[in-house]
Amino acid sequence: MLDGARSVAPLLLGVAPFGLIFGVTAAGSSVGGGLGYATSLIIFAGAAQLATVQLLTAGSAAAVVIATALVINARHLMYSAGLAQHFRQFPTGWRLLLPYVLTDQAFAVSIIRYESVSDPLYRRWYYLGGAMTLWTTWQVTTAAGVILGASVPAAWSLDFAIPLVFLALLVPALRDHPGVAAAIVGGVVAVAAANVSYNLGLIIGAVCGIAAGVIVERVTT
Amino acid sequence: MSDWVVVAVIGAGTYLLRLSFIGVLGTRAMPIWAQRPLKYVAPAVLAALVLPAVTLVDGSVDLTPLGNPRFLAAAAAGLIAWRLRNVGAVIVVGMALLWLLQGLG
Repeated sequence: MLDGARSVAPLLLGVAPFGLIFGVTAAGSSVGGGLGYATSLIIFAGAAQLATVQLLTAGSAAAVVIATALVINARHLMYSAGLAQHFRQFPTGWRLLLPYVLTDQAFAVSIIRYESVSDPLYRRWYYLGGAMTLWTTWQVTTAAGVILGASVPAAWSLDFAIPLVFLALLVPALRDHPGVAAAIVGGVVAVAAANVSYNLGLIIGAVCGIAAGVIVERVTT
Repeated sequence: MSDWVVVAVIGAGTYLLRLSFIGVLGTRAMPIWAQRPLKYVAPAVLAALVLPAVTLVDGSVDLTPLGNPRFLAAAAAGLIAWRLRNVGAVIVVGMALLWLLQGLG
């Protein structure tokens, strides 16, 4: 369990400020600190939580908020498929609980470690150690952000740290031509569609970007 | 629909996405037509979140350093992200540059 925690420790540097600022942003929005923090417990996925709070603040229709958040979280299908073979022998209770704390980071460190260690007991605790470290950090920092909320002056422009965190996550995702195409099309279409009614800009951008990645992959391979 | 119900639906949907293969579908392989798009969710979604946030001012595109200091600050931060791969450095450089440009503006 400690091994898992140790592996994710360097990644907390990106998680903690994001959590704090998400909390501050939620508390300052019309969504409010209570529901804002509740998204950390109920959804537990930073980018989707942020989009949810932004869209609810903008008064978007429920269907748009739900569809946008679930498109953002669709990547978890891929992680679940990647981990399924390693979790196969775990008892049912574990297989029901472990997915709740699944994150990009927990997936990334586990899948690398599982290449060299096959002991199912070690694998279970390694994942849990990493995932729970991230979960706890996220709960504490988003709650702290909600509490700080009102006392952070708007002039500090702390909300800008959120696109900065996403930028830091985006750059390593630009591994190949299809990935770059997905990002360029996704970003440009989202800007062009920013004023589309019902706040559909984000989901339109995301879907166009994903399509661009698939098309470029097909053409180049 | 109340905001709480929306959040509950997203939470349930997200849990089911995470549970899918681990809890239900097991080790059957995901079809290739499903794998392909999922690879590009991260770059497409992240760019769709970042670009509007750093290029739009009151709904229209503004890339001038003083009209929209966020764009220049984000561009510099992007360079740091590319060279250093360090989230902390990206936040520090981006915020410092934004404050500097806002001070000039």
